[in-house]
Amino acid sequence: MTQAQLAQGNAPLLAVRDVSVVFGGIIALNGVSFDMHKGAILGLIGPNGAGKTTLFNCLSRLYQPSSGDILMEGVSILTRPPHRIAEIGIGRTFQNVALFPNLSVMDNVRVGTHARTSSDIISDSLKLAWVRRGEADVNKKVHEILAYLDLEDVAHTVVSGLPFGTQKRVELARALAADPKILLLDEPAGGLNHEEVYVLGDLIRRIRDERHMTVLLVEHHMGLVMSIADHVVALNFGRKLAEGTPAQVQADPDVIKAYLGSKDQ
Amino acid sequence: MSAVEDVVTEAPAVEAVPKRAMTLGLGTSLVVLAALVIAPIFVKNFIIFQMTMLLIYGLAVLALNILTGGSGQFSLGQSAFYAVGAYTSAILMEHANMNYALTLPIAGIVCFAFGYLFGKPALRLSGVYLALATFALATAMPQLLKLGFFEHWTGGVQGLVVTKPDAPFGLKMSQDMWLYYFTLVISIGIYIASINLLRSRSGRAFMAIRDNEIAASAMGVNVALYKTLAFGVSAGITGVAGGLGAIAVQFVAPDGYTILLAISLFLGMVVGGVGWLPGSLVGSAFIIFVPNIAEGISKGLSGAVFGVLLFLVIFLVPHGARQVAMVAQQLLGKMIKK
Repeated sequence: MTQAQLAQGNAPLLAVRDVSVVFGGIIALNGVSFDMHKGAILGLIGPNGAGKTTLFNCLSRLYQPSSGDILMEGVSILTRPPHRIAEIGIGRTFQNVALFPNLSVMDNVRVGTHARTSSDIISDSLKLAWVRRGEADVNKKVHEILAYLDLEDVAHTVVSGLPFGTQKRVELARALAADPKILLLDEPAGGLNHEEVYVLGDLIRRIRDERHMTVLLVEHHMGLVMSIADHVVALNFGRKLAEGTPAQVQADPDVIKAYLGSKDQ
Repeated sequence: MSAVEDVVTEAPAVEAVPKRAMTLGLGTSLVVLAALVIAPIFVKNFIIFQMTMLLIYGLAVLALNILTGGSGQFSLGQSAFYAVGAYTSAILMEHANMNYALTLPIAGIVCFAFGYLFGKPALRLSGVYLALATFALATAMPQLLKLGFFEHWTGGVQGLVVTKPDAPFGLKMSQDMWLYYFTLVISIGIYIASINLLRSRSGRAFMAIRDNEIAASAMGVNVALYKTLAFGVSAGITGVAGGLGAIAVQFVAPDGYTILLAISLFLGMVVGGVGWLPGSLVGSAFIIFVPNIAEGISKGLSGAVFGVLLFLVIFLVPHGARQVAMVAQQLLGKMIKK
């Protein structure tokens, strides 16, 4: 799908409308708006403190915007508590890996299916037939995802002992287990070496294409964003600075100024 | 598979005791079960009574293990839930003439509700603050039971005397032995149900909350709900243990359920290994027998001797019985390989 088709096509999957966030007297986000279209990879860039993670946390309902709205398929998500975000198809990873360190890789990914399954403590304690069937389905799915992300060898290893890069993949696996429509990735390249970053770029594209997901990528690593994003939004000091294709944003004088500083300073 | 095992053995020492290993292997479980079934045939009634108490406190320690080891919430208030269970059974038996076996599920349900409701305000607290709030509950409970307002039901300071049940179906068995096997069957049932629970979707939600609340919430886990459920389940099992305790001891009185009981149960959990369910039985044995052993060593200084023994255990095996079991398993594995 080309950029033009995406823009003209049906309503956006996710719409951020004039969102502002104020902490005490500090304006962390100031009237930011943009659309995410189905099947796109949207890169969100900006220098440190630009408000990227704040916006990200609004999408996963950890922060409540002071004004504005966020619409998922036309419906506001702002009345939902944080634990009811996964069920409408928004999955995320965390900036500094937030796994369950004492659980095995498999159990971490199994928790990822929580929003897509149901149970109660009595049926679980008695291991009733329908609970066993549900667990069998969960295990099948978890094995499929582990195979997809090449994590089968460590399936039963406790997560805290794994290398950082592997932990990041486990986190991705956990997010995929909930079958999200939108995958929010918070600095997935952080802490990875040069080669790993390019493998990651391919992986994100593959996930978008093969698993039909829409991706919001918050990233410092310009090379990664510019090579895989269809559309880029640049933030600075809580405001939207520029929006467009990677090439357009890269050439934008405001963006260049925000990253490199202006001659006047 | 061997690659995975290599990774596990090569991991640093801390990783030698992974928290996910919650249970014993099938073989070991059967050996322990056989010992528990056969032992009473060869011992005196008083020892059988002590073994019954071993199972009952084992259940109470298991309940705390689900709460702390499973969902990561501290409680020094388990004695309050135990007391409510004991009084529920005793009152139903003595005032309503209800069959002892029927009082136990009621004690469990009453305590589940009590724990669930207590868990609601406790949601705002965590770590040491939660420990303090539960501590307050444990301190208040004996006094609440003494209140004149409830005296008609609770017997006030005097407490209530409970009749010990006879063996049913004309079985030729002493009351103590019958009660032991009755307790054993209930304990096995609760133990299996607890393992099922911790290995299920709900149990994973508990452990996800213990490890990272924000991430758990992002995965769709209703943190508030599962935290209060963990309190409810823990209180419910403790209530059943309390009811069984009332029947076994044939007596309930407010001063039997002080904060000391709660601390003993906490101790039992640590000695058995936090989060390792089979350790509950070992922890229970520790809190029942080690004070007696200490008294045997020195009557005047039994408290000090107990302290030294406890210190030695914590110092030598900080992960408790689980650590001993893991080391034993590794040694056995090596011997078999050779």
